[in-house]
Amino acid sequence: MARYIFVRLLDSIPTIFLVFTLVFIALRILPGDPAIAVLGDYARPESIARFREQFGLNDPLWLQFLKFLKDMVTLNFGNSFTKGVPVMDLIKYNLPYTIELTIVAMLIGIAGGIPLGVWAAINRNKAPDVGFRTFSLIGYAIPDFYLGALLLIIFALNLGLFPITGAGSGFAERMHHIVLPATTLALLKIAFIGRLARTSLLEVLGKDFVRTARAKGAREPRVIYRHGLRNALMPLSTGLGLSVLSTLSGSVAVELVFNRPGLGRLLIDAISERDYPVIQAGIIIFASIVVVVNLLMEVVYALIDPRIRVK
Amino acid sequence: MSAVDQVRVPQEPKFAGTIVKSVFFTPAGAIAVTVILLFAVIAIFAPWIAPHDPRAQSFLSVNAQPSSTYWLGTDQFGRDVLSRLIYGSRNSLIIGFLSPVFAALIGGTLGVLAGYFGGIIDRVVTRIIDMLMAFPELLLAILIAAALGGGFWNVVIVLTVAFTPGFARVARATTLSVKEEPYVEAAIAAGVRTPMIIVRHIVPNISAPIVVLLTLWTASAIRLEATLSFLGIGTQPPAASWGNIIREGLSNMFATSWPILTAGLAITIVVMAISIIGDTMRDALDPEIN
Repeated sequence: MARYIFVRLLDSIPTIFLVFTLVFIALRILPGDPAIAVLGDYARPESIARFREQFGLNDPLWLQFLKFLKDMVTLNFGNSFTKGVPVMDLIKYNLPYTIELTIVAMLIGIAGGIPLGVWAAINRNKAPDVGFRTFSLIGYAIPDFYLGALLLIIFALNLGLFPITGAGSGFAERMHHIVLPATTLALLKIAFIGRLARTSLLEVLGKDFVRTARAKGAREPRVIYRHGLRNALMPLSTGLGLSVLSTLSGSVAVELVFNRPGLGRLLIDAISERDYPVIQAGIIIFASIVVVVNLLMEVVYALIDPRIRVK
Repeated sequence: MSAVDQVRVPQEPKFAGTIVKSVFFTPAGAIAVTVILLFAVIAIFAPWIAPHDPRAQSFLSVNAQPSSTYWLGTDQFGRDVLSRLIYGSRNSLIIGFLSPVFAALIGGTLGVLAGYFGGIIDRVVTRIIDMLMAFPELLLAILIAAALGGGFWNVVIVLTVAFTPGFARVARATTLSVKEEPYVEAAIAAGVRTPMIIVRHIVPNISAPIVVLLTLWTASAIRLEATLSFLGIGTQPPAASWGNIIREGLSNMFATSWPILTAGLAITIVVMAISIIGDTMRDALDPEIN
């Protein structure tokens, strides 16, 4: 197992490298001079020259690239152009809010999605199934930020049950603030995870060993949970991994809707302010989380299904 | 009659009929197609249908509630919400349809070449696909949008890049399996030249899954365009798109919520209709799933 994890770890290095390269190319070689972006279109030539010198923009590209790689690997993200504080401080402040939102949304999504999916599968083509399929169809179509805006308008603006902006301080207040954003993401997770649980379970229930179990007289709950759900776990865990990533990317828009601090907000604000060090760091952090989640997923698969370790 | 004439030529499957039948002759599919056609008509004839100029500001009627003049009210600049929705359908739908088509062409070509020729091309393409596929489309889109900025063609580029790896992966996988089919082996044995085999035998037979994917991802592209515009890195005001109508509406929600409610409803209905068409096609081609 340790060997397997080690190999996977090595395997993710090229991915990280590619991400760094992409970010570098995207922000430096594509049109748009950061000096002009920061100092404005009418900046004096002297100040532009000083800026370029200060941030090493006059160095040859390969040198800039090496310096960039070194900075990224050592988490030396520099200072924000617009806020003047170290980028790392901004990330340390915002990241916990995003993680908190992702975890709460995933927990609600799993707790709601799997039972609903099983319920729909057991009652295939009956009322619960048709109802759930309609729900998941809407859940697939509705954009996260629209659902968030709807909940915000109904429950915060009109009914006044929840705060409209911010994330609050102290545990109770934070939980109060997180209800609507987390529910927004969780409803979409329930649609996705539930649909996946339903199809995986239905697929397993059609297998021969399930027929055998029924034939030898096993009770229905035992057939469903012991023989069915256990074997549906593998495809389901793949979906859960993907779900973490889609919740993470969904958090970007949701943070904007509910005016919450978070990594997505930080990144989007930086893009509109052309705050290059923050954009760079934000994307690198997001990408690293994606790589880590993918790695964890692979390890979890290997734990669930020992056959994978051998390959 | 010579012996050669009697050899049974391996038959290629026919997909087109199955797809058309499934979409037009199931109730859900027919309703979804009607909805899409309706929205297409609205987008195409926007200048004739829209009651007002979508960019005309009227400071005398800011944040008006729905009335006989402004059916869905006005926004914080006094612009007619209905007209902005109608014009917004143009940006949302055209970008949503164009980008997956471009992505299918580029990704499909890469995938077919990688799958058919194998070797070093295949290894490079697969590696890049795997890396890009590890990222959620939105994050990939944000990265490119951060560098390019917003605007119509930039959004098209962003979405095309975001969807290309997926098409490449599916095209490669189906090419690999089609390559082993008897009719392709027969063509190779008969000495048909490689470009001809690819165009006449591979492409038509991988087109069914690609078309299904194209449909499903048109829905994703419309949603992604809306998300980017909502985040402020997609379609830029004063041009209207359903996403940026919601963005502007959110900052004005204390005064009126009509822009948010209606624009979001439009996105949801269109995305749902396209997903239904895609699902129906997929079920028809692959009856085992579901």
